[in-house]
Amino acid sequence: MRNPPRAFRTETQASAGKPAGVVAATLSRLWRNPTACFGGTLLALLAASAVLAPLLAQHDPLALVPAERLRAPSHEHLFGTDMLGRDLYARVLHGGRLSLTVGILTAVICSLVGLAIGLVAGFSRLADALIMRVMDGIMAIPGILLAIALATIVGGGVSTIVLAIAVPEVPVVVRVVRGVVLTLREQTYVEAARSLGTRPGRILLRHILPNSLAPLIVQATYICGLAILIEAYLSFLGAGIPPEFPSWGNIMAEGRGFVLIAEWIILIPGAFVAATVLSLNLLGDALRDMLDPRTRRAL
Amino acid sequence: MTDANPPVLALEALETRVRIGRASFPAVDGVSLELGQGESLAIVGESGCGKSMLALSVMGLLDPQVARIVSGRILFDGTDIAHLPQHRLRTLRGRDISMIFQEPMSSLNPVLTIGRQVAEVVRQHEGLSPRAARERAVEMLSLVQIPDPRSRAAAYPHQLSGGMRQRVLIAIALACSPRVLLADEPTTALDVTVQAQILELIMSLQQRLGMALVLITHDLGVVAETVSRVVVMYAGRKVEEASTTDLFARPAHPYTQGLLGSLPSRARSEGLRRLRAIRGVVPPLTAPRQGCLFASRCPHAVDGCREEAPALGRVGPGHTVACWRAGELGDGP
Repeated sequence: MRNPPRAFRTETQASAGKPAGVVAATLSRLWRNPTACFGGTLLALLAASAVLAPLLAQHDPLALVPAERLRAPSHEHLFGTDMLGRDLYARVLHGGRLSLTVGILTAVICSLVGLAIGLVAGFSRLADALIMRVMDGIMAIPGILLAIALATIVGGGVSTIVLAIAVPEVPVVVRVVRGVVLTLREQTYVEAARSLGTRPGRILLRHILPNSLAPLIVQATYICGLAILIEAYLSFLGAGIPPEFPSWGNIMAEGRGFVLIAEWIILIPGAFVAATVLSLNLLGDALRDMLDPRTRRAL
Repeated sequence: MTDANPPVLALEALETRVRIGRASFPAVDGVSLELGQGESLAIVGESGCGKSMLALSVMGLLDPQVARIVSGRILFDGTDIAHLPQHRLRTLRGRDISMIFQEPMSSLNPVLTIGRQVAEVVRQHEGLSPRAARERAVEMLSLVQIPDPRSRAAAYPHQLSGGMRQRVLIAIALACSPRVLLADEPTTALDVTVQAQILELIMSLQQRLGMALVLITHDLGVVAETVSRVVVMYAGRKVEEASTTDLFARPAHPYTQGLLGSLPSRARSEGLRRLRAIRGVVPPLTAPRQGCLFASRCPHAVDGCREEAPALGRVGPGHTVACWRAGELGDGP
């Protein structure tokens, strides 16, 4: 037992901002985990480079300078130039804005929609049978094909690309959430809550929802990484973001024809995609270990 | 029970059947009992005797896919709650009838602070504001003797020991001052030293708050010091009921005698070198139910015992037993 006055102070502080206390504790544990620390720092750098793109890059990412075409990386053009003489450094940093936006938006939409559907499916046997058959149907189609089909039908643009990527990923989240709800539903504390006369809706919100957030957050980091990859595929295949806006996938798609003489056009944005996905996965793995109550106490 | 003190909870020939495959079997088989206002009663029996099923039936917490009440009545304050719809039961549970579960380790939600979990019940049933509910939670935590309750309210369940968690569960169960408390083996999962403390706490709160208590246990040692009346159950049936002193002094049913004989303290006082265990096990739910169900394990069984089930008969004031040979066997085992 700690000495009382000190314990009193720290615990009342924690109670002042209860959710913040949990988040802060998780963040401080993340910081001490080397994997998470590396992933988090890398992701923060990438995000900062995208947000601060207009400050970091002097060149206009859209300005054509035919005389400077296909220049190798140099002091003037850090990442070289593409086949139209545009500065690749500026394009990659600006492209990050689009790619990261697509990734984050997809992850958020998938999580919210998947969470809502998963909670209902896990809690009601009738809805479960119905919902899971629909989800099985969506999952039966290869995600990338479904995304291409959707992107073709609804046309290019950020919002439609996000939709095209999110639809095939929603069933994955639904399955995760539903599985968690099914096990949580049998927990003694849920039965205890029922024995206290708690209404089903309240049990869902108070007991089941907070306990299913941890696996959901982990899933969201993976989906964010996946969405960035799929956006790159789609743009590479020409079904993604219209070419006038630079995105990492787009830049690679345009550099495709020059890969033998100007390999940097593909390699540099490719490295950014790889770094982003890697950092998200590292962060997701660390979060998974940390938020799992069985391993939490060991850390 | 006198007429001046009408029962707050009464079971009348309650039968709860459990479905296994296509067939269904009685887990609680025609049990009747009465519990007066502020009275304490223990239900004793080995594992599998239907004690917990009885408690779940009263609470209306049976999984409808598996078990249901097929006949009999559960009277709370004179109204039958056996077949109330769930939404009506919900207002009773936690407010009028509360239950404490066996496992203090898993009965609390790991992601909510304990103060929040106590406050939750009060808000649900009494519609208090969050602030008032939090105050009540702190009061309840201090009532169950949790040291420094105001700061402890911000603790998460994993920061507490088993005994402390059981105290929190008691606080939750009592937060709305229920009139009946069902405690289903509240001390089984705890250390022996903590067990005594928790029992003492439950008993003192029962007296202070004047609520009726049903203590479900398989430990007769627990019963001896706590409750005033005991019901012994065997294979879903009530086989004996007596005041605690009477039961310990003059156990009439061979099963009760067996249970008492297997208590270490009692064996020692009778100068026995070994504990007298009851041979065999409780018959499974699926076993045929003819005659006295204890006959196969009973040292005094005669052929007649296996043919017809004995009815409960009076052997003393407030002392009933269901045994064909209770009269002839007398007191001793």
